[in-house]
Amino acid sequence: MLSIEYYLILSALLFTIGVIGVLIRRNAIIIFMCIELMLNAANLAFVAISKNLGQAEGQLFVFFVMAVAAAEVAIGLAIIVSVFKHRETINVDEINSLKG
Amino acid sequence: MNLLIDIVIPIVKILIIAHMLIIGVMAMIWSERRVSGWIQDRIGPNRVGPQGLLQPIADGIKFLFKEDLIPNHVDKPLYVLAPAMLLVPAMITVAVVPFGSSIELFGETINLQIADINIGVLYILAITSLGVYGVVIGAWASNNKYSLLGGLRSSAQMISYELTLGLSIIGVLMLSESLSLRDIAIAQGEGVWNCFIHLPAFLAFTTAMYAETNRLPFDLAEAEQELVAGYHTEYSSMKFAMFFMAEYMNMIVGSAVTVTLFLGGWHFFGLENIGGEGSLLAGLMSFAIFFVKTGIFLFVFIWVRWTLPRFRYDQLMNFGWKFLLPVALTSIVVTGTLWIVTNQSLLWIAIGNVVAAFIVISIVAGIFMVDNNKKVTVDNSVGTPLSGLDAIE
Amino acid sequence: MSVEHILFFIFGGVSLIGAVSVITFRHPIYSALALIVTFFSQAGLFVLLGAHFVAAVQVIVYAGAIMVLFLFVIMLLNLGTLSLKGALSGKLKGFAIILGILLAIEGVYIAVTTLDNTDTALASSQVAADTTYSISELGELLFTDYLLPFEVTSIILLAALIGVIVLVKRGNQTEN
Repeated sequence: MLSIEYYLILSALLFTIGVIGVLIRRNAIIIFMCIELMLNAANLAFVAISKNLGQAEGQLFVFFVMAVAAAEVAIGLAIIVSVFKHRETINVDEINSLKG
Repeated sequence: MNLLIDIVIPIVKILIIAHMLIIGVMAMIWSERRVSGWIQDRIGPNRVGPQGLLQPIADGIKFLFKEDLIPNHVDKPLYVLAPAMLLVPAMITVAVVPFGSSIELFGETINLQIADINIGVLYILAITSLGVYGVVIGAWASNNKYSLLGGLRSSAQMISYELTLGLSIIGVLMLSESLSLRDIAIAQGEGVWNCFIHLPAFLAFTTAMYAETNRLPFDLAEAEQELVAGYHTEYSSMKFAMFFMAEYMNMIVGSAVTVTLFLGGWHFFGLENIGGEGSLLAGLMSFAIFFVKTGIFLFVFIWVRWTLPRFRYDQLMNFGWKFLLPVALTSIVVTGTLWIVTNQSLLWIAIGNVVAAFIVISIVAGIFMVDNNKKVTVDNSVGTPLSGLDAIE
Repeated sequence: MSVEHILFFIFGGVSLIGAVSVITFRHPIYSALALIVTFFSQAGLFVLLGAHFVAAVQVIVYAGAIMVLFLFVIMLLNLGTLSLKGALSGKLKGFAIILGILLAIEGVYIAVTTLDNTDTALASSQVAADTTYSISELGELLFTDYLLPFEVTSIILLAALIGVIVLVKRGNQTEN
């Protein structure tokens, strides 16, 4: 069996890439994708640890994460679409006024 | 020696199945044109070879030798990638479909199936949901408004009908207590075919399958009169042929899956056990039964295409969300409830499913008619009910 | 090198390359496709870990539904030409990357050291660790011990559904 550390290191790296993406990209949709990437990195850690401990709970949490991610994507994309309709841009630096 | 068999037998199976798929596509192209000719009271292609049987080969040669045109305004990498993204999911779905019972060769039992995995049904759902990428990417990469509209339509359509596709087989899964397609087929051989127990779910599944394969009456993605050719407007030569092949492959695989899930797989009232269980004859017989069943189902595909007119886009969405989805959901609830209440009586589940589906459709149709009557007056003043596509303008 | 090692490095490598591509491609469509590749290789990793059901759900939910929504929105807004300039903000970029590298080092350090301490405790449960969970086992757990979280999840989904409808409806009204 492959040591669990491999999976955890991979998960940490993927999470970091997601964080860097959120920091350096200004396109709202790409920032959103990076958040999905971070959630996925967490899922990978969940499943790896679940296998290491011999407990099924880790896999269940993945389903909860996926359900929340799906809800979040639906809402987030709807917000992005309506912001785009109002302001003709989804660059997060330009969306800076509270009142639309 | 054993290792050799372990490696050689799967490769042989894969080669046979893959070639059967490709030859099946050619047979489908021929039969579609001949059957449509027959339905429309004309002859159809009959010049190349006996009865026009070599027509698909002539077509294939023509496609291969045509100039491989890539328009200037397209996004080149994705434009080239898109046909493959459609064709590959269509081909790999077939890996989990059981084509027959098992045969004994070289002292080993060989299942007539490439891979019997324990999440077979989920595998099929997962791979089916990938087919949409080929269409969407091809449409976007073409950089053409007709392609884009076709792609948007088809992605919305495929996501909507995927729900029905997934939900309508849950009743089957609950009663067979397995996700392996082989187990489901075997359970039907021992008991009753699932299409009798889950008749509404079967019809919903078949309809959703038609929508997933983008066939008429659901071919809004490539509605010729509105969108030129939809998502493959800009494609020509072999790339177009790949889109074409993917459509027919999806049909074949879809029919095979339907036959496995609902129509008893390779079973036909004991005919599959002719000459003893596990013998070569029985294996070939089961394969032949499966082949004939799939063929009949494919004929229905063609028959429907040349009989029904195309839906309008809002009708398509209404039908998917307001009729098929409730029917599929009810079938789950009814199957589960009656399984407990009537002490596992399949007859009652069958009756209950039909009655429940009838009630649901009546209710929805009633609401729909009341709703529609109101809409007619509003429609003339407001405009089209296509809300999803408004944003593009 | 066992087969498992090779597969891990293939899937892991592909998912890392995909993840880096997500944040470096200039065009959102390419980023989305790279993310799909990452999700796929993660499904492969889940299979390696014996979580077949999670792998299937990963492909169905992420690759099949969520990413199609992303592509749909990108195509709908036709973002291609808009986002090309100013995709990366220059002034904070270097700072962000340094912070990210620090975070990566931290994460890797935690992943390696925490397990060193608990390795002896885990060694006893190593036999149980090789089991894979069937769907019926997962379902039983989900509908008994974790019923409340499960129901809460369904309410979250319902809230999202209503939220999206409200957002879209209001947007249409202001336009008219």
